[in-house]
Amino acid sequence: MSNLPPGTVLPGLRFKQRFPLLSLIFERCLLSIVLLFAVSVLIFGGLEALPGDFATTYLGQSATPQAVANIREELGLNRPVVTRYVQWLGNAVRGDFGTSWASKNSVGEQIGKRLGNSLFLAGFAALISVPLAVCLGMLAVHFRNRLPDKIINVISLAAISLPEFFIGYLLIMFFSVKLGIATFPATVFDGMGFIDRLKAIALPTATLVLVVLAHMMRMTRAAILSVMSSAYMETAELKGLSAFRAIVKHAAPNALAPIINVIALNLAYLIVGVVVVEVVFVYPGMGQYMVDAVTVRDMPVVQACGLIFAAVYIFLNMTADILAIVANPRLRHPR
Amino acid sequence: MNDYTKYLASRVTAGGLSRREFMGRAMAAGVTLTLADKLFTESAMAAEPKRGGHLKLGLEGGAATDSKDPAKFLSQVMFCVGRCWGDMLVESHPLTGAAVPSLAESWEPSKDAATWTFKIRKGVKFHNGKELTIDDVVATLKRHTDAKSESGALGVVKSIKEIKADGDNLVLTLTEGNADMPLLLTDYHLVIQPNGGNDDPLASIGTGPYKMVSFEPGVRATFERNKDDWRTDRGFVDSVEIICMNDATARIAALSSGQVHYINRVDPKTVDLLKRAPTVEILATAGRGHYVFIMHCDKAPFDNNDLRLALKYAMDRETMVKKILGGYGKVGNDFPINNTYALFPEGIEQRAYDPDKASFHYKKSGHSGSVLLRTSEVAFPGAVDAAVLYQESCKKAGINIEVKREPGDGYWTNVWNVQPFSTSYWGGRPTQDQMYSTAYISTADWNDTRFKRPDFDKLLLQARSELDEAKRKELYRSMAMMVRDEGGVILPMFNDFVNASTKQVKGYVHDIGNDMSNGYVATRVWLDA
Repeated sequence: MSNLPPGTVLPGLRFKQRFPLLSLIFERCLLSIVLLFAVSVLIFGGLEALPGDFATTYLGQSATPQAVANIREELGLNRPVVTRYVQWLGNAVRGDFGTSWASKNSVGEQIGKRLGNSLFLAGFAALISVPLAVCLGMLAVHFRNRLPDKIINVISLAAISLPEFFIGYLLIMFFSVKLGIATFPATVFDGMGFIDRLKAIALPTATLVLVVLAHMMRMTRAAILSVMSSAYMETAELKGLSAFRAIVKHAAPNALAPIINVIALNLAYLIVGVVVVEVVFVYPGMGQYMVDAVTVRDMPVVQACGLIFAAVYIFLNMTADILAIVANPRLRHPR
Repeated sequence: MNDYTKYLASRVTAGGLSRREFMGRAMAAGVTLTLADKLFTESAMAAEPKRGGHLKLGLEGGAATDSKDPAKFLSQVMFCVGRCWGDMLVESHPLTGAAVPSLAESWEPSKDAATWTFKIRKGVKFHNGKELTIDDVVATLKRHTDAKSESGALGVVKSIKEIKADGDNLVLTLTEGNADMPLLLTDYHLVIQPNGGNDDPLASIGTGPYKMVSFEPGVRATFERNKDDWRTDRGFVDSVEIICMNDATARIAALSSGQVHYINRVDPKTVDLLKRAPTVEILATAGRGHYVFIMHCDKAPFDNNDLRLALKYAMDRETMVKKILGGYGKVGNDFPINNTYALFPEGIEQRAYDPDKASFHYKKSGHSGSVLLRTSEVAFPGAVDAAVLYQESCKKAGINIEVKREPGDGYWTNVWNVQPFSTSYWGGRPTQDQMYSTAYISTADWNDTRFKRPDFDKLLLQARSELDEAKRKELYRSMAMMVRDEGGVILPMFNDFVNASTKQVKGYVHDIGNDMSNGYVATRVWLDA
């Protein structure tokens, strides 16, 4: 491209050159969709490779060969894998995830509830942890290597070193068993009032905040610090800007990309990776739903959950990438 | 008050022990006459049930995959849920295990025990207001016995050849005599539903003490009291809430903070910690469930009875009960029956740990080298520890056990009933006949020890149709001896059902039938403010 005379525009490149940002975003979206399809193949193939099928696992010790045969027949487990995959994908694209083999409930309806619960919990945890992490990160930079920085570091390192179930148990022990001020279990259900819901999720939210805080805070701190060592920050300092203003106005925007990335990663974790917290707090979210389904090989449910988890991950990563491109002009023109 | 007297008192409170019986047993246990009298009066006073309140249960064993269809009840939670809203034709007596009337008022076998006539109770109403009729009963049983059915009770009821109504009576014709027929109908899948549940198997409409209000699989189920219940001796609380709590620590936290009144599956390892909480009561009930080490009698080297005997003598049962069950259990005697079964064969010598005998039989078997034992944490709680413990006790007899830990996922498909030597568990069955028919008769699908003995099968069939109890007991004794001395099962222990409640919960019945007061916990207890 570089040896073409200036001003010539190849037909295929016209859009790309005229709207470099839009075309980059478009490419990124396309990649996500391809990725999602690849994941769907992996999910289906992976489940096929698991030992034992639904009929035997679901009935467990009380299965009779007759009942097993009946179930296999009814669910069409005898058909070839490819046929089942194509049919499943066709329905899934249209938003139809079928019915659970085990409970005969509509998977879509169940997931609607569970995903709602998961998003509710994740949303609150994010609402608290993201601003808190970024603020603490900036504070740590401001007071770097002094007492507040050290305190923030030690506490966040301690929180990240403890397994999440342990933090959960500690919170339950103090706030629920000893002091009796927090609601436990955190079971939410249809028809529960908003205030009651908030009370119910207080402890799991606190646990999640503690778990993800350190990661985001430390990344913010490191990213800003690395910007701080660059020449233009020195200029800012020399021209007499206050330290705090220099951090907020000049350093933070340039450190956005890595911070956005780590936030996206943690958001994804808050939605798809909190099975342990759900189990400990008896919270009916997506993770628990999927684990239950995997145990009995309830394929429609596992596949739907897997696909949704993948979609959440891919979507958040994509958003992070796009935001990073928007935030950093240099990324728009790959060299 | 020692543990035994406490236990007796709880039986009085539950209404299962007369004054005479209580006094006799308490005094035999060393309690003075005055004290025994006082204890009885106190316990009997406590037996006056209070009505009202909201009962919350935190139970392990629910999943998002649970179905409301009784035919597909599998989990502990659904077992309990079903008992709340539905009734079977027959119940089992909580203390003796004998069949007692429920929706069937009475029954009569033919001389060969192959035809049974059940008189169905009149004036019972379903939750939707419809009266229970013989047609509902027939339709229910037909749905569960259909060869195309996916019912969990299919194995239990497969011997029913014909189901028909004779006026208001139910007549069951069996393929062969079965003296235990009424007890088979206590199976928790066989909830009587309007039109057998054919219209809507998921409707959860029954004749039980509670009506279902809401249900979310793997999360929560709620019930309100059925004001038109046909019985007055149950359903004491106004509403029931069952919360699925699959995490053991969560259950304990919920109970000790008073958020729930009752939890199941207390880990023997933590039971002593839980005991310290002043508000908590441990409820341990002797049960029929047992943990087993199974050898295939038809595969080398286990096809040699001397080797099997050597491995049986090398099992230290006392230590197993102490270490693996935390003392909450009883030692087993290498046959799958204990004294909670009616017609238990008494007086069979208890097999004890004997390294000398083990090594004698081991040498006699001519086997050398190590023996591979497969195990996994899902086989039973503490199965891996138990395997290692067994490895140690075998060492003293000069037997080398190689323990292989298998992944829990797929254990029941790939290891149990497939590999020649593995760990496993069995839940109890309502009758001895059913236990042996499920796992020890030659033709059983789940004959996981490959114990194939025509003479044993003959005894089993003979006992099945024998209506004379003394004769049956004798037959069961011969069968027990056969399994104990020649079978492929090493049965170190029967596990207690360990549950716990807050002290507010009264009237808990230690039902020998199954866990959680045979699933009836919510319908039997009341709350004392």
